Amino acid sequence: MDFAFFLIQLLNGLQYGLLLFLVASGLTLVFGIMGIINLAHGSFYMVGAYLAWSLSSLTGSLTAAILLAIPLTVILGMGLERLLFRHLYQRDHLYQVLLTYGLILVFEELRSLIWGDDVHGVAVPALLNASIPLTDNLSYPVYRLAISGVCLLLAAGLYFLIQKTRLGMMIRAGASNREMVQSLGIDIKLIYTLVFALGIALAAFAGMINAPLSSVFPNMGSQVLIICFVVVVIGGIGSVKGAMAASLMIGLAETFGQVLVPEVAGMIVYVLMAVVLVWRPEGLFGRG
Amino acid sequence: MNSRLTNILPFLVAGLLALFPLVESTFYMQLLTKVLIMAIFAMSLDLLVGYTGLVSFGHAAYFGLAGYAIALMAPKYETISLWWSLPAAIGVCALFALITGTLVLRTRGIYFIMVTLAFSQMLFFIFHDTKIGGGSDGIYLYAKPSMNFGDVQLLNLEKLENFYWLVLVLTVAVYLLLHRVLGSTFGRALLGIKVNEHRMRALGFPVFRYQLASFTLSGALAGMAGYLAAAQYGFVNPEILSWHQSGAVLMMVILGGMGTLYGSVIGAFAFVLLQEVLSNQAWFGPSAKHWQLAMGIFIMLVALYLPQGLAGLSQRFGRKPVAEAADE
Amino acid sequence: MSEMQQVPGTGMPILSTKGLTKQFGGLVAVSDVSLDLYVGEVHVVIGPNGAGKSTLTNLLSGDLPPTSGEVIFEGRDIAGCSSDHISRLGIGRSYQKTNIFLPFTVFENCRLAAQSRTPHALRVFNRARAYTGINRQAEEAMAAAGLTHRAERIAATLSHGEQRQLEIAMCLATQPRILLLDEPLAGMGPHESQRMVELIKGLTQDHAIMLIEHDMDAVFALAHRLTVMVNGEVLESGTPEAVRSSPAVQLAYLGGEELLHD
Repeated sequence: MDFAFFLIQLLNGLQYGLLLFLVASGLTLVFGIMGIINLAHGSFYMVGAYLAWSLSSLTGSLTAAILLAIPLTVILGMGLERLLFRHLYQRDHLYQVLLTYGLILVFEELRSLIWGDDVHGVAVPALLNASIPLTDNLSYPVYRLAISGVCLLLAAGLYFLIQKTRLGMMIRAGASNREMVQSLGIDIKLIYTLVFALGIALAAFAGMINAPLSSVFPNMGSQVLIICFVVVVIGGIGSVKGAMAASLMIGLAETFGQVLVPEVAGMIVYVLMAVVLVWRPEGLFGRG
Repeated sequence: MNSRLTNILPFLVAGLLALFPLVESTFYMQLLTKVLIMAIFAMSLDLLVGYTGLVSFGHAAYFGLAGYAIALMAPKYETISLWWSLPAAIGVCALFALITGTLVLRTRGIYFIMVTLAFSQMLFFIFHDTKIGGGSDGIYLYAKPSMNFGDVQLLNLEKLENFYWLVLVLTVAVYLLLHRVLGSTFGRALLGIKVNEHRMRALGFPVFRYQLASFTLSGALAGMAGYLAAAQYGFVNPEILSWHQSGAVLMMVILGGMGTLYGSVIGAFAFVLLQEVLSNQAWFGPSAKHWQLAMGIFIMLVALYLPQGLAGLSQRFGRKPVAEAADE
Repeated sequence: MSEMQQVPGTGMPILSTKGLTKQFGGLVAVSDVSLDLYVGEVHVVIGPNGAGKSTLTNLLSGDLPPTSGEVIFEGRDIAGCSSDHISRLGIGRSYQKTNIFLPFTVFENCRLAAQSRTPHALRVFNRARAYTGINRQAEEAMAAAGLTHRAERIAATLSHGEQRQLEIAMCLATQPRILLLDEPLAGMGPHESQRMVELIKGLTQDHAIMLIEHDMDAVFALAHRLTVMVNGEVLESGTPEAVRSSPAVQLAYLGGEELLHD
């Protein structure tokens, strides 16, 4: 494996890992702060991708589609939190699993009714539709670099939001002590709604920006969801830092696995998870 | 309800079901066979969810693994002997449950749900991505297993009603086995672990070993169901391992009322029949294609408004809660 | 036998800790604690809230692993062993916050506790209620704790005091030799407290008891040996009389008041 080839795989792995982080960070925040297991999280990734596809064919521009779709997903997230998820905070995880499993079925069928069951490609924005030549016959697409860049920006923003802002402080306090936050007169319900909508918007956004690379297809959410579960298990529930570390780990492991040992590549992430479970059952950055 | 009635009721139901082949409807007999197989599957999961307090969302792994086990063991175009292939398939599942159990039981709560799901997906991708089990197309089983004694054929399972009776007998056997196990000191300890795991440990119970034993037994029985399902349909593909299968069986357990074995049987009946009705094209026309939409809404409604399932409905009218009933 | 053990400091302790320490991050909850338990003796540990008494109990029962130090039981270091293992060695505990099986009957609570002692507990085909030995053990424990008349009641429906009694009964049903009792009188009325004190007195003969308690009447009614903990450390340890007259204790913990006029 020469250096250019290695570099390409490295960049691909990082890009995939960063994208996973966008989906997994929402999942882990909702787990950690609200104590909710949301199986339908992957459906929002799918919704994002389909919105990107349908709106970009309407407007002719992926950027415009994304700008339109983000507020839509935020509204969807807030609405679902108010309508459904709010009833689940005090309930056993079992019922959270059931409700969100039912939600997946509903999302898949609605997707089928609205958008059909075909696979669709999404065009890369013209501005980013270029490649950087690495050697005579190897080059790297600018769009992938752009995705990585955007993901990094969002990750930094998320870090800033949670560590440095008042909202982030409330989020962190809400995670550790619900009663205390409520007694301070802070509206925990509003925080929950915002966190949930944020998580969903991140997942949907990941679906949107990845649509040109992955294209859009039925059940695309569940594949991502399960990998994100593995990310959260490895990183530790509620830990955004852990989600970042685990996402990159899995992104690289899967990308290099596919190149070096394609026969067993599908298993690598699960083996990683098993190793972490034996070594640190609470996850790498879990609270223990 | 008095306990004597509860004791004979399963036999009454089983007796009635044994007479069902007199109806002579291929469609309904196949449907009922499917229901009973799902009932075994659901009872195996109820042992975990309802009696041990472990919410597994990856139970299809054991169901599907046994299906693949029989399909891979069977020689092409020839029958395979039930006498060794059924125990072998169950054994494979028990072993897999034992191994995965030692890993997943290191976690609790949300983690446990995710990890069980992840391990079942691992199995899904193994069979989906590799050629071991024919990839995404799966494998065909051209003949039903044989039940011979020496050269004498005891039961020809190719005949629909014979296969049905076999499944019925095994369903009753699993019910009685679990009933017995749950009434034993072992079963009491499991219930104690479900209610207060921490205190059980403080009382000196090696909780992990109990949970692992329960997990293994549960996986083995799910394997029995998967073996029968593969034999009934005559093929297996990765869908048998999918998480929709895990979700469906969990739904059956909740729908019937978890922590009551008979609830799992009721839940399997209700769920499979509902599935059949909703996807019936004669009744719903082209929209039957989208039956999962109605099913999804139904599942959400059950989660929100019927947490104790159908068995919980009857308890509202004067039945005792499970833990108390266990004391009889 | 028992006369010898009544004298503090003689005979062999059944359980002793040496330099037991527990840190949570930067916080030292239990610091370098050494104490001994003898059969036939009640060793009371007192101290203000947050002194580390409950953490100490958790270290002895295996609910928490110590950061450093030893727990010697019959000549063997059992520090860091799991709580179920420690329980099976014969070290039983009750919890400060009632920790029972709320949906089960009182009898089933005790029966489960007794069942934990049977070597064949993993048997899957027996009938749980058919074990007369276990049933008798459970009944004896209920009788000792004065709960026989409540045997068929669901634990969740008991009064607070009765739930505390059940907590002790379950502990007794495991037939331990060492009892670690974490504030058994918490939240009890005077009448119920008196019962509990009598119960503990009756158990003293053949058990080694470590008792954590705030109720000073009970403390001095029961204690053969008294340890005062402050900020995770042992401030003073000895006979109740010696501790009572210790100037350090009076200053730091009792403000020179309570103990003298108990």
